[in-house]
Amino acid sequence: MSEQMTASVDVDLSQPSILSRRSPWRPLLLLGGLVVLVMLPYWIYPPVAMDILCWGLFAISVDLLLGFTGLLSFGHAAFWGGSAYATGLIATTWGVPFPVAVLGGAAFAMLIAVPIGFLSVRRTGIYFAMVTLAFAQMLYFIANQARDLTGGENGLQGIPRSFFGIEAIEQDSFYFYYAGAALILVGIIIAWRVVNSPFGRVITAVRDNPARARALGYDVERYKIGAFVISAGLAGLAGGVFAISHGFASLQELVWTTSGKVVLVTVLGGIGTLWGGLVGAGVVVTLEDSLASSGFEGIGMITGAIFVVIVLLFRHGIWGTGRDLVRRWVIDRRSRPRG
Amino acid sequence: MSSATPLLETRSLTKEFRGFRAVSEVDLTVSEGSVHALVGPNGAGKTTLFNLLTGFLTPSSGSVLFDGRDITGLAPEQIAPLGIARSFQITSLFEQMTLREHLELALASPTGMGRQWWRPVSRMSVFADRSMELLDQVGLADRAGVPAGSLAYGQKRALELAIALALDPRLLLLDEPTAGMGIEDIDRTITLVKRIASGRTVVLVDHNMHVVGSLADRVTVLQAGQILAEGPYDEVRTDERVITAYLGSAHV
Repeated sequence: MSEQMTASVDVDLSQPSILSRRSPWRPLLLLGGLVVLVMLPYWIYPPVAMDILCWGLFAISVDLLLGFTGLLSFGHAAFWGGSAYATGLIATTWGVPFPVAVLGGAAFAMLIAVPIGFLSVRRTGIYFAMVTLAFAQMLYFIANQARDLTGGENGLQGIPRSFFGIEAIEQDSFYFYYAGAALILVGIIIAWRVVNSPFGRVITAVRDNPARARALGYDVERYKIGAFVISAGLAGLAGGVFAISHGFASLQELVWTTSGKVVLVTVLGGIGTLWGGLVGAGVVVTLEDSLASSGFEGIGMITGAIFVVIVLLFRHGIWGTGRDLVRRWVIDRRSRPRG
Repeated sequence: MSSATPLLETRSLTKEFRGFRAVSEVDLTVSEGSVHALVGPNGAGKTTLFNLLTGFLTPSSGSVLFDGRDITGLAPEQIAPLGIARSFQITSLFEQMTLREHLELALASPTGMGRQWWRPVSRMSVFADRSMELLDQVGLADRAGVPAGSLAYGQKRALELAIALALDPRLLLLDEPTAGMGIEDIDRTITLVKRIASGRTVVLVDHNMHVVGSLADRVTVLQAGQILAEGPYDEVRTDERVITAYLGSAHV
C-alpha cells in the first residue's frame, strides 16, 4: 500500500494518561494549570503572557495533526496569519467586539483549509509538508501583493480592540489578557474534546494503520480533511487573538519560518501530548523575549541549539519526558514492597 | 451446500504491473453460502486478486460483481459497507489500541459515530457488549483490555477474524488465516473459521492443504495469474495439471 506511516510518531496510548479520569493527578494538574493561567500576567509582562497562550494554542493545533493524525503540516502559518489578517480586517471595517472578529478570522482559516486540505491529504510524509508549504507561500505572496487590502510590507496597522465599551480590557493589556485567555481556553477545550472523542479514536487509527481503517469502512481522506480543518480553525483562533493583542497583522505571521517555528514549539513540548504545546510555547516565547530585550541578536541560534538538545535527549519533548518520569516514579512506588 | 446464485463474480479480471500480468483474465464465481478457497504457488496472484476484490487495487481491465452489482473501481471504504470484510495476510492491527477498542471501532463504522468530534469517546462503549460477544467467539474475551501489540501471533490472527466479523459481512475474505501458525493454532483456527462461516460466504487463500481440505467447498487453483483448475477439493486434488503445477512438489 502506498500509505506508509507519515511522521514517525511514537505515542504510547497503552499507558493511561496522567490526565485520564481515574488518575489521582488529574485534579492537581488541572488546578495547577488554572493557577498558572490566572497568575501568568502577574509574573511576566502581560502581552508576553498573551503571546505564550496564542503560540501554545497554535502548537496544539499542529499537534492535533502531527501527533494525532500523523500529518506534518509545514504551512500552518497560512491559518495563523490568514486569520490574523481576516480578524484585523473585520475589526477595522465593522468595529465589532474583538471576540467576534477573532471568530470571523478562525472561520476564514477553516474556509481556506477546506480546499488546501482537500488537495494535500492525498499526499503523506514530506510530500504533504511540501504541499502545505506551497499553499502557505501562495497566501504570503497574495498578502504581499494586495497592498490596498493588507498594507503590503507595512502590514495591517492599528487594529482596534473593541470590547463592549469596557475600557479596562480595551486599553489595559493586563485585563485584556483575561479576555483573550478565555478565547484561547475555548480553543484548548475544543482540542481536548476532539482528541478524546469517537472522531479522535478514528484519526489515531488512521495515523497508525490507514489501510486497516479503510478496510473497516472509514474514509481516511475525509477524516484527514476533517482534522485538518479543525486544526486550521484552532490555529486561526490563536492567530486572531495574537493580532488583536498586538494591534497589527504583519507578513511575519504568514512567512514560512512561522510555520517552522510552530513545529519546533510542538516538538519541544512533545508530539502527541496536546498539553506539550503550551509548555513549548512558554519556553520559546519567554526565551525569545528575554534574549531580545537583552539586545542579543542570535536568538535563532539559541532556540535552534535547545531544539537539537531536546530532540536528541528527550524524544518525547518536555511534557512527554516529564510525564514518563512521573509514571515511572508511580510504578516504582507501587511495585516496591512495603515495610 | 451451495445455492446457484453467485454472490461474487469476476469477469476477465486483469491486473498489470508495468507489463507484468499478476492477474490475467480471471473469471471467478463464488456461490452464496459457500467456502471457496484460492490456492496456488507463490506469485500466482492470490493476494493481488484479493486486493482487486476489496478495492485496494484497481483492475487494469475486467469487472467485479458483488450480488449482481458492479463494484469495479470502488474504494475500500465504499466496498466495506456493502458487506465485504477482509483480513490481511500480514497482521494488520492498531498496535496500541486495546482489543475492545478495535471492535468498537469496527462496530461504530457503519453508524457514522466516528464523525462525532464533539462527544466524549466513552460513547463508543455502547458497542462494549457486542465487542465482548465477538471477542468471546474467538476466545479472546479475557484479553479485552490489553493493547493488541501485546498479543501472541495466533491471538492477533484471531483478533483479525473478530474484527472482520464485527462488520457482519455477507462475504468474508480471509488472506492466509493460518500463515505462520503452528499445528495447534492451525486446528483451532480451522474450527473457528468453520463456526463463523456458517450463514456466510467465505473466500480464503491458504497454502496449507490441510486447511483448504477441511474448510473449502470449492477450490480454484491459480497459476501465473490464471485459473488452472476449479472444482471440489477432492476433484482438484487429483487433477493431473494441478499435481504437476503445484501439489506435486508440495504434497506427495
